[in-house]
Amino acid sequence: MPSNTTPGARPDQGHFVAALEDTPIAPLDKLDESQKARSTWADAWQSMRRRPTFWISSALILLVAAVALFPGLFASAQPNDGCELGNSNGGPEAGHPLGFTFQGCDIYARVIFGTQASVTVGILATVLVTVVGIVVGALAGYYGGLLDAIVSRIGDIFFAVPTVLGAIVLLSVLPDRTPVTIALVMSIFAWPQIARIMRGAVLSASNSDYVTASVALGVSKFTILVRHVLPNAIAPVIVIATVSLGTFIVAEATLSFLGIGLGEGIMSWGNDIGDAQSTIRTAPQVLLYPAAALSITVLSFLMLGDVVRDALDPQARARR
Amino acid sequence: MTQLVTQTVPVLDPNDTRPLLQIRDLEVGFKTQYGVVPAVRGVSLTLYAGQTLAIVGESGSGKTTTAQAVINLLAGTGQVTAGQILFEGRDLTALTPKEMENVRGSQIGYVPQDPMSNLNPVWNIGFQVEEAIKANSDLRGKDLRARTIEVLKEAGLSDAQDRLKQFPHQFSGGMRQRVLIGIGLSSRPKLLIADEPTSALDVTVQRQILDHLGTLTRDYGTSVLFITHDLGLAAERAEQLVVMYKGKIVESGPSKEILANPQHPYTQRLVAAAPSLASKRIQAKKHDEAAEIYSAGGTDTALIDRAAIREEQAPTRDLITVEGVSKLYRIRTKGLKYTELLAVNDVSFGIKKGTTSAIVGESGSGKSTVAKLILQLETLTSGRIEFDGRDVAGLTGKELLKFRRRVQPVFQDPYGSLDPQYNVGNTIAEPLLAHKIGTSRERQARVLELLDQVSLPAATQFRYPSELSGGQRQRIAIARALALKPDVLVLDEAVSALDVLVQGQILNLLTELQTELELTYLFITHDLAVVRLVADNVCVMQKGRIVEAASTDDVFDNPQQAYTQELLAAIPGGDFEFGGK
Repeated sequence: MPSNTTPGARPDQGHFVAALEDTPIAPLDKLDESQKARSTWADAWQSMRRRPTFWISSALILLVAAVALFPGLFASAQPNDGCELGNSNGGPEAGHPLGFTFQGCDIYARVIFGTQASVTVGILATVLVTVVGIVVGALAGYYGGLLDAIVSRIGDIFFAVPTVLGAIVLLSVLPDRTPVTIALVMSIFAWPQIARIMRGAVLSASNSDYVTASVALGVSKFTILVRHVLPNAIAPVIVIATVSLGTFIVAEATLSFLGIGLGEGIMSWGNDIGDAQSTIRTAPQVLLYPAAALSITVLSFLMLGDVVRDALDPQARARR
Repeated sequence: MTQLVTQTVPVLDPNDTRPLLQIRDLEVGFKTQYGVVPAVRGVSLTLYAGQTLAIVGESGSGKTTTAQAVINLLAGTGQVTAGQILFEGRDLTALTPKEMENVRGSQIGYVPQDPMSNLNPVWNIGFQVEEAIKANSDLRGKDLRARTIEVLKEAGLSDAQDRLKQFPHQFSGGMRQRVLIGIGLSSRPKLLIADEPTSALDVTVQRQILDHLGTLTRDYGTSVLFITHDLGLAAERAEQLVVMYKGKIVESGPSKEILANPQHPYTQRLVAAAPSLASKRIQAKKHDEAAEIYSAGGTDTALIDRAAIREEQAPTRDLITVEGVSKLYRIRTKGLKYTELLAVNDVSFGIKKGTTSAIVGESGSGKSTVAKLILQLETLTSGRIEFDGRDVAGLTGKELLKFRRRVQPVFQDPYGSLDPQYNVGNTIAEPLLAHKIGTSRERQARVLELLDQVSLPAATQFRYPSELSGGQRQRIAIARALALKPDVLVLDEAVSALDVLVQGQILNLLTELQTELELTYLFITHDLAVVRLVADNVCVMQKGRIVEAASTDDVFDNPQQAYTQELLAAIPGGDFEFGGK
């Protein structure tokens, strides 16, 4: 502690020198080799796996995926076998834990078998939107100029039309409404959002010093886009894509509810929710269960999106 | 603490033996997901009324954290874990948030580091100053307005009345810092904490601001707790000095005594590294010396001949010639109207092979633009740049690639110039890959060789930039620039962002590499002290023009232009006697 060695100094203000044992000097700017090397993605993984939300949402998503791929494993009967009108809007029974629909079909089986169509639409639309959005947004943001102006205006035109409204108009004239067509139609109106985000991220990444450094090193322009700009701009798009998967499933349900979604013969949560309209007062369970399946699926994608955002955005992580 | 703001100058007894601020065994920690990380470990210091005390340390030494603990503004998850902060005998760590608000501003003022981000861009200056005064007094209406103008005038803004309605972006950095100082002193606090108040400003502006701050605090008898990384600045502006290292105080006491007679090895290193006008160029063997060694041996005539030829050539031909170069930027103002900005105005100079030239200037002088023009990252408006006898303007394709191989840049910001997604090995190998040099095994070997040249262990190649310190990143950037065995390195403020000891280390490394690889350097910097250490020739730039160009010794010993003299005079601690020199 401070000692007074200077004559005439005020109390506690003499020349104090800490003992060297107390304040050992580390070698100047030496690399700490004891710690393991970590990339941004490894860091993100470290941060994600510590969050219970990540594990809960992933488990739910895996479950939904398994149900979508192998519905037969989860429900013994085919959903439309053994529909008896006598069971119309019936309550739970042995072997039929969730009760029956208006047509007397097993609700549980319909929810299980409806997963596939809903999830297919969600995944397909997300993949389409993401790929188109990334390519268009990256090219527009990176090359700029006329290309950017044209592409951005085209994007704005589609952006101005709400996805569901645009889909209603288009679907009402399409003869065949399969999960693929629904996904395509929704993608047409949804890609500008991703493209805009990508364009912004690419713009900021291509202004960074490491890009200038690569230019000065003689790396070609396209190589820089692929190797430096894209990997650094992709994070926000991944976050939006995760969240939008949920919203596409909801959009499909909305369209089907309105009767212009998936065709009559295709089982989906949206169609079932739409069918339940008429009996909503007398037999709410018919509406409740497919709606619950929908909510849980969408919720788990939203939760995952949240966790991914926190993991990829170190500032959000620091606030935690 | 019932007493309200006193508008009169407090009467202070210089022989008052009660300390104003006493920090005892302060410990501050930051909570992270890995547990509490200590940032300040057992700091004690004493400050009396009317004194100025400077805390000096490199980044991460805990100096800012100590200051923030005093006013209870610790960032994020920081908290005081032990110790006392006695302000006029009251322990600040024990106060409730409400009580602390009464102390903050009215009793203890604070001037933050970055004038660019500490004023709210959507409110005008008058509003922001009024807000600060309102919080600490019951002045309202006309009185408040009058006081606001008074505060700004005191801070050195003579036309305060007319500028009240202006917004921060209409103020220069120096003026914004004046506003912040005005806010900090507006309620005549007994203690002012100034956290690196001028590190974002040019040296000449820094001097004005600090002179003004010194006058104000002396007039009001305010004590100042001054946080800085610059030992020269601390010595010049404070009677008392506290040197911090890794959260602990290594040495404290009267400034002059510490500088003249540093005891702790860390302080000794800091004092030795403090660049001053008295320092000499870092010595490295030059070509002519090498030639002498050969001739003394007298065994290899071919080598002597070659050295002789090189010596003959060296003084006559410049490797880089810049002739009457100008760069005009068109800046869009409103709608389709443009104003023109002449960033570089008729600049000419030459760089000889194997030498180090420096371009010095303050922000906006056009020095970085010159570097970009030479690197072919911007196109010339007029003039001519020759490299090795060839005009480089408008090179394209293969020729441009060839040029890029020989002239490599190192940028200022070691945090921005490396791709965070790339590990070090890939980063260094990138230029080799881009020019399709060698097999993957050869490239790997070259990466290891380069890491060795910049004194980093081989294991560094698997690291990512986020795991490295600023100095280490700058080494990586240098290694990447050297990968193609260039002739010229253009170093744009390459050491400005580093702590002084690390800066010295990098400058030493650059000097060694220069001798070893016969490199030619062009340093772009605002720091005259750095120039003194490494450069053979200097061009001083002001507003796009070169105002003085000569050898380093000439410029420092016998500056011809008033501007150069002003720059030299503004170097903090420039005329200080440092111990051990």
